[in-house]
This record gives sequence, structure tokens and C-alpha cells, in this order.
Amino acid sequence: MSEVLQGYQEKLAQAFKTETIEFAGELTVIVPAEKIVEAARMIHAEFGFDLLACITAVDYWPEEKPRFHVAYVFRSLSQGLTLHVRAPVPGINPSLASIESVYQNANWQEREVYDMFGIQFEGHSDLRRILMPADWQGHPQRKDYPLGYEEPQYTFNFDDIAVRKPAPKE
Amino acid sequence: MGVEQKLGNMGVVTVKLEELVNWSRTNAMWPMLFGLACCAIEMMSAQSANHDMSRFGMELMRASPRQSDLMIVAGRVSRKMAPVLRRLYDQMPDPKWVIAMGDCASCGGVFNNYAIVQGVDEVVPVDVYVAGCPPRPEALIHGIITLHEKVRGEKFKDWA
Amino acid sequence: MTQIQEVSLDEIRHLVSERAMTGETMLLNMGPQHPSTHGVLRLLLELDGETVVNCIPDIGFLHTGIEKNMESKTYQKAEVMTDRMDYMNTVGNNFTYCLAIEKLVGLDVPVRAQAIRVILAELTRIQSHLVWLGTAALDVAAMSVFLYCFREREQILDIMELVSGQRMMTTYIRPGGVWRDVPVEFEAAVRDFLKTMPKRIDEYESMLTKNPLFLDRCLGIGVISGEEAINRGLTGATLRASGPDYDLRKFAPYSGYEQYDFDVPTRTEGDVYARYLVRIEEMRQTIRIIQQAMDKLPLGPVRSNNYKFVPPPRSEIGTSMEALIHHFKLWTEGFNPPKGAVYVATESPRGELGCFLESDGGPKPYRVHFRTPSFDNLQVLPRLSQGHFVADLVAIIGSIDIVLGDIDR
Repeated sequence: MSEVLQGYQEKLAQAFKTETIEFAGELTVIVPAEKIVEAARMIHAEFGFDLLACITAVDYWPEEKPRFHVAYVFRSLSQGLTLHVRAPVPGINPSLASIESVYQNANWQEREVYDMFGIQFEGHSDLRRILMPADWQGHPQRKDYPLGYEEPQYTFNFDDIAVRKPAPKE
Repeated sequence: MGVEQKLGNMGVVTVKLEELVNWSRTNAMWPMLFGLACCAIEMMSAQSANHDMSRFGMELMRASPRQSDLMIVAGRVSRKMAPVLRRLYDQMPDPKWVIAMGDCASCGGVFNNYAIVQGVDEVVPVDVYVAGCPPRPEALIHGIITLHEKVRGEKFKDWA
Repeated sequence: MTQIQEVSLDEIRHLVSERAMTGETMLLNMGPQHPSTHGVLRLLLELDGETVVNCIPDIGFLHTGIEKNMESKTYQKAEVMTDRMDYMNTVGNNFTYCLAIEKLVGLDVPVRAQAIRVILAELTRIQSHLVWLGTAALDVAAMSVFLYCFREREQILDIMELVSGQRMMTTYIRPGGVWRDVPVEFEAAVRDFLKTMPKRIDEYESMLTKNPLFLDRCLGIGVISGEEAINRGLTGATLRASGPDYDLRKFAPYSGYEQYDFDVPTRTEGDVYARYLVRIEEMRQTIRIIQQAMDKLPLGPVRSNNYKFVPPPRSEIGTSMEALIHHFKLWTEGFNPPKGAVYVATESPRGELGCFLESDGGPKPYRVHFRTPSFDNLQVLPRLSQGHFVADLVAIIGSIDIVLGDIDR
């Protein structure tokens, strides 16, 4: 683990009381959900991580506290470093502050997390569904959302399924 | 069609008219650009110089549905796209045919989940299914020739 | 649902300017089926005459639910779905996913497999740039370039078919190495391709680079500066045409890229013409990489011999009991990586393609998310197209090089 990255991790730990995980050569810092915008500002301005590579979320249902972890990946082009940050979010009324003011491409990334998981982002300029149709109910990537698997139509059950499948009028 | 009704069943003349009409339809069938995903790239390959589709009169791929006869649904149709597909099919004037190209258009393909329509024949009536993921350009051309053979066997009363 | 959604003006009121509400500017729908949008992309344009005031992209028409579908299949079976995400960079998608699994598990990959992976990934890069060149030139009405590019592409697809049996969705790169060793005709086919390709690139350049019509349509269109591009999350050739030289093959080298000698082309203007020049130069550099990889291709096995995660060769199953048991376990249950999360990124022809993989110790991926480059690259479109004509918008979309399967997954 590079010393520069260790230094950043210690500064974050002092400022925000974070935890750290090291796995497979990567450093992940767990930041409390309320502090995420200040942490993002510190990472952008002081540490020089100028590219936000990715925002995604993981659903740990049926654990309720926390149910979601929102994961951020920051890159510093000048120093050649990558930093991972996670923010735990509870399952009831999940919401988190938006970092769109710090990194502009968080706009669509957070919209996708909202669409797939239902996590509201406060301070987002335009939070609406992006991948699913606008009137879709439910958030597909959650673990309690069904896959939508349809039974395949073989010869032995051809007629049973043909009755139920929608067929177009000409 | 008007001619047949006016002339009545004159035997030899009517049959030859049907064949003439079907032959002319197959020789200049204009496909509509409906490439959605990976199969669209193979459709573009079929259009290009190695496997040439303009041998079959299909050089012109019209983007407008009002000017095309054939809709090649190339790629996976998601639930958001299904009403758009139906609307485009409705906008095409008769006579029109649909080829479901690839596995995703025929039956949902690899993707059996909430987001993909399991077979485009839930939305539009399909004439020819071309299997493959993605089908080779030769397979698509084989599908088109199969469609031509189907069209040759059509009767006037199917469309009028 | 089979009904068209009716969107009332209230829902988009915050996105368009007030001039649209009074009718001073026109709202035009550049719908999902359009010859110039490179796939099913819907753009809501606000036009003042012919000038674009604002353009709101509406995506999701190709959303396939790949990430959720992969959670219900084992790691090996889920790889088949990764091919179909960014369908121009099929080998690259498999590559990224397999690198993520190998990092999660700590699996070693033999050097011959690494070299073969590099060769195929770079061939895929050329193939993707050829399709980009063909369709982008078609958008600015240079139709013959399209036919020329697809002729070369057939040569590359013949090589892919030689190696794996499939033209596009190869699934040739598997965790632990590649599926099987390359056949003997591979070397001759690749060297033949390398001999003819540089002259072909010269041919494309002779048609477009100094063409006054092409220059008129591309110079000074869709300009963005380097710092703004980084802040907006652009990666790939779209970013390198504005200045910063961020290329994942040099930033975080993977699969032996550090041993190959190549340059990363950049320019500073940041317009459509600069992106065109960057990609043409990238094709030439890619040929250098493939040449070096073919010259240095080492001998050896093409798969790891850690049979807990990689299937043993079929010939051993008849004689060795352990091989049979490993084969059985891998096919019925799958392998169980340790708990943890990794993020691995590779350089796709469009930018940074990353795979975020989290495992809970079971045989199926607990959460897999792909950070796709076209998703962030398309976000910039409203910013790039302000003040330009609709025809320039078409040229800009062509230059960003988006693939809708990449965006919608």
C-alpha cells in the first residue's frame, strides 16, 4: 500500500471517524453517510483526486442496518492512485447527500443508483428514473425484487404457455 | 385488388398477375433501419461489401417507416422500447413483413428477466425467425431468401 | 406495458428553458429509432430555429438487466452475459470480468495466456474503431468509408472465428487464462493482417483528414477543455483529445502491458476533428502493440493449473481422480471466491471499463456492476451541443463514440 494513500486514509480517519478495509491490494474507507459531501470535498480539493470513476450500491437485504452500501471510486490522474469509499445507508427511507456539486458526473451515476435501488439523493438537481420507464414501480436491483424469470416454452408445455403469452393483433 | 375484381376470374391472367406482383415485391423489398443491439452490427456487415444485401434489392435502408416494407428487428427489445416498436410497425404501410433476427428477438435469448420482452412476437406478428447470437450475415441472407419464398406463395386475398 | 407514455410538459419543465413554454423555441423529439443516433437513444431537443439550445438524452431503451441477471448465475455462466453489454468490445468485456475474478480469488495467469489476451483485446480495439470510423463518417455523409472499414473488419472477424468459433461474442477469455490454445493458422493470419492494415489506415486518412468538406463539418465543433472533461468524468479518446493522457494501459497496467512499447496520442483542441485524429493514431499504436506481442509470444500453458477455480484439461479426466472431482464440482456447483469487493478497470476503445465485483463467499456473484465509459461520455452531450446546429449534433454524437448496449446494460 503506498504511503501517500496511507496518509490520506489517516487524515480521513481523523476528520470523519472512518473504518478501513484492505483487500486484494485496494484500500476502502467507510465514511458515515452524513459526512459524505465533506469527505468528497476533502478528497477532491486537498488530496487531488480529480476523477470520479464510479458510484454504485450494494444491497445487503435481509440485513437492515445498514441495508445498502453506496460505493465510490476516486482516481487521481497526476499521482496515479485509486481510493475507494463506502457509505452505509439504512433500509427505511434510504437517503444520502449528493456529491454532484463536487463531481459533475455524479449526476447520472446517482440517478442510476436511485433508479436501481431507490436511494434518494438530497441536493440532486434532477432525480428521476434513467434506465427504467418513468412509470415503473419498484427498484429492480434490490434483492427482494424478483428477477422476472418466465418459463421457457418447450414442446410439452407449448399450448399451456401459448394461452398465457400476449400475442399481437395484426 | 381492384384489377382482379373488375376482370373477374380469368384463369391464366389472374395467376400470372399474382406471380408478377409477388416477384416485384421480393425484388425490391426495402428494409427499415431497426437495429437495436449486437445483431444490428451483423446486419450492417450483411449490408457491406463482403456479404452484399443489395444483390437482393435491399441496398436502401430507409429510416422512415412510411417508405419501407420490411422490418428486421435486430436485437433485444426492452419493455421501454416495446410500445415504440409497435408504433413503428403500425406506421408501415401494407404490405409489410417482419423478420425477427437473432435469439433475443425470437424468444428473449440469453436474457430471461424483467427488462426484456421474451420474443418480439408478443408485440408484432413475425414472418421469419433467424436464429443465432448474433446470426452470421449469411444466416440473415438465408432468412431473407426464406421470406422471399414465403412472399412468392402469397395470394392477393392475404393483403386486400 | 404496451401503451406509449404520455409525458406532460410539467415533468420536463425544470429541464427546458422558459422560452420553450411560450413556444419561442421548439421541442423536437429525435426518437429512439433514428439513423444517426447509433442505437436506441432518444434526444429531446430544444431548438431555436436550427440552433440547439438544450438537448436532453433519454436512455434505457436497451436496458437488459444484465447485472441482476448475473446475480442468479454462477461466475462461469454469467460471463456469457458480459459479451453482450458493449457489443463492439466483446473481448474487452470478458477481459475485465475475468481480471476482476482473478483479483478477487488471487489467481495466476500464465504468460502465454496474457499475451494472447493482449493480442485479442487490441484486435477488438481496431475493430471497434473501424466501426466508429465507418458510422461517424456515414453521419457526415462520407459513405464509401463505411464500406472500406467493414472490409477490414471482416479480416479481424475471421481471426476471431479461427480462434474461438464465433465472430463476435467469443467468450474466449475465461478466468485463469483463455479457453484453449490458438490454432497453428493464427500466427499467419495475424501477420497477414498486420502487413496490410497500415496501408489501409493511410487510405482512410487520404479520404478524410485533409478533405475540406470533412474539415468544415468537424473543426471547432463540440469543444471541451481538459479540466472540465475530467470533472465531468470523460475517459478514453474523448478525454485524450482535450489534453490529459489518461490511459488505463499506462495508469494501472494489466496483463503484461508494461512490457510493450507504445505511445498514447493526445491533442489539445478538444473538438470533433481532434477526437478523429486521436483515434486514427490509436489504431496505428495498436498495430505496434500487436506486432510486439506476436514477436514475443512465449510458449507454455494457456490456463492456470489451480483446478479449484479453473477446469482441468479433458485428457486428464480419464486418468486422474482429482481432475474428475474438480471438474464435477466446477460444473455442478461452481467455485467459491473469498468474501470481499474489488474494482478492476481496463481500457476499452471508448474509455475506462470497470468491473465492481463483490462476493459473499458463494458460487454466484453477489453484486456485479460495470462502470461503462459511454454512460459518462454521453452525459456531456448537452454541454457540447449548446449553440450548434442539429447537423453538428449528429457529428458530435458520432465523435463521442457511444454504444447503447454499453450505456444501458
